[in-house]
Amino acid sequence: MDCSHVFDFKVKRLIVVFTLFLAFFSVTAPALAQVDTLQAAENSHSEPEGKEKFDIGKFALHHIADSHSWHVIGEYYIQLPVFLYTSNGLVSFSSADFLYDDEAKVVVEKGGQRFVKMHEKIYYASATPNEHGQYVQLDEKHHALNARPLDLSVTKNVCTLLISIVIILAVFLNVASGYKKRKGKSPKGLQSWMEPIILFVRDDIAKPNLGHKYERFMPYLLTVFFFIWFNNMLGLVPFLPGGANLTGNIAVTMILATATFLLTVFNGNKYYWKHIFAPDVPKLMWIVMIPVEIVGIFTKPIALMIRLFANITAGHILVLSLICLIFVFNSLYIAPISVAFAVFIGAIELLVAFIQAFIFTILSALFIGMAIEEHH
Amino acid sequence: MITGSIAAIGAGLAAIGAGLGIGKIGGSAMDGIARQPEAASKIQTAMLIAAAFVEAVALFAVVVALMGNG
Repeated sequence: MDCSHVFDFKVKRLIVVFTLFLAFFSVTAPALAQVDTLQAAENSHSEPEGKEKFDIGKFALHHIADSHSWHVIGEYYIQLPVFLYTSNGLVSFSSADFLYDDEAKVVVEKGGQRFVKMHEKIYYASATPNEHGQYVQLDEKHHALNARPLDLSVTKNVCTLLISIVIILAVFLNVASGYKKRKGKSPKGLQSWMEPIILFVRDDIAKPNLGHKYERFMPYLLTVFFFIWFNNMLGLVPFLPGGANLTGNIAVTMILATATFLLTVFNGNKYYWKHIFAPDVPKLMWIVMIPVEIVGIFTKPIALMIRLFANITAGHILVLSLICLIFVFNSLYIAPISVAFAVFIGAIELLVAFIQAFIFTILSALFIGMAIEEHH
Repeated sequence: MITGSIAAIGAGLAAIGAGLGIGKIGGSAMDGIARQPEAASKIQTAMLIAAAFVEAVALFAVVVALMGNG
């Protein structure tokens, strides 16, 4: 009883802290005169080539990428903080200092160093601008050549990660306290909504693949399942709490796959390692078998990583491309068709969000199960 | 004049292969479920895992195509 109050209090405090954190880097409208002139200059620059085709690829890739500001609605952005680990130590400032510039034209001076932002990456600024007014050196493919500080910023994806942590903690602390309060009684509220899903993970994912030792890995499997599922769903929400592409970020999926990889390697028993380094085949075959098996240890988590990343990214690109059709054909009459298709794909993506969480979890369980299987 | 990356053709070819593969998996699972409806849930799980492996190949192609364009 007492515990549940503590949990409630902690969750509320977490939410308050997080809200304050967001409020601190509050929403700003581009009311600055400097920004207007900058944008005007940009518009006048692009007008002569205004007949250029609308580039779906660029638009979609920009929208699924990580970002230092979070688009709210219309002209409103949440400017997130920038933390840089430079050669002179840690430097921090608000990304609002870049004045909505993403083409390395605005230089921010902090801690005796000068930074520019180009395509959501932060570089050390060059001393003089190039012919386009950009403070970076460009190669022939328009990639910046300048050195980069280690970027530890709280970006859109990091914020989404924190939000999803708050949501998952709130949901599961509530469910856990429900089990304490109503021990041996029927579940109620959120608890009865989560219970079948938790049982699904236990009965359909853990038990068939891990055998009688499944209980050791239940915490990991449940965490991975709900983390991926909640974040997939958050990614499908087009407005503020969602909208980021967290599980479609290869760094995030890499960490998840690494966790599975480490669990597999450290829980592998002697039969598992014998199967890899001394398989039951003629000795001559070892020349072929052992390298293949060693590569197999690494390809499994890499496939896990790419599967989740590519599925979610492809889904986001698909929805964005369908919406973009309106701008490609430059006609309002396309709108109903493209919106109808986008809604249809959105419904499929809801299914994919669940299936990908399920696939990642069941394959993790499968790989761990292969490593801990007893010899018969 | 057609312009664009040849990676798109590769992605299309991979999509054909994955389409054939997933079609076969889905069809066989349907057969299995029709013969033994009580095993439906087990067949579905196995079907999804097999489909995920096939799909991964197509998604590798998508990633390669994206990198080719980038």
